[in-house]
Amino acid sequence: MTELPLWAAIAVAFFLILGAGLTLIGSIGLLRLRSFYDRLHAPTLGTSWGALATILASVIFFSISERRLVLHDLVIGFFIMCTTPVTLMLLGRAALYRDRSENTPVVTPSDTE
Amino acid sequence: MSGTILLVATLVAQGMLVIAMLLAVLRILRGPRAQDRVLGLDTLYVNAMLLLITMGIRTGSIFFFEASLIIGVLGFVSTLALAKFLMRGEVIE
Repeated sequence: MTELPLWAAIAVAFFLILGAGLTLIGSIGLLRLRSFYDRLHAPTLGTSWGALATILASVIFFSISERRLVLHDLVIGFFIMCTTPVTLMLLGRAALYRDRSENTPVVTPSDTE
Repeated sequence: MSGTILLVATLVAQGMLVIAMLLAVLRILRGPRAQDRVLGLDTLYVNAMLLLITMGIRTGSIFFFEASLIIGVLGFVSTLALAKFLMRGEVIE
């Protein structure tokens, strides 16, 4: 591992911890929220700023250690930003369709544990 | 000095992401319905992708970028197919 300047190492470490922490909070929310429609919101914490901060850390690290602009990680960020709303909206509509076809109330308090 | 900071930061970030993946697996196992398991699988894919990017920073190689891109694409397609299956009972109609 090449030796980075101190400010770059601190920036990379900050963005890494920020991204991983937000992803962890999103997964805790996925486990702890009570109904499915609440849980649908929790993982987006990891796909928005969790992914973006990790990708920013990667861009800063490779740009400085290779002494040229390395931007290819932003492709992943762009892809995640485009695809996550599509998948989660389709999943939410599928869940709504299943709940309606079984005549259960749309927001079910009985959906706990 | 900066190498130590990077090593500690990548280790902590990897630990956090592994715990996040374990929580997603717990949601897959616990259910209670099929859509919860699909949502847990989607979260698991995203967390594995971030873990690979972090591992690329730790080893300093560009190789992990392609692996994480493939995982992202596969996660998108599989979640889309499973959601379509939950809605209609078949993927391509």
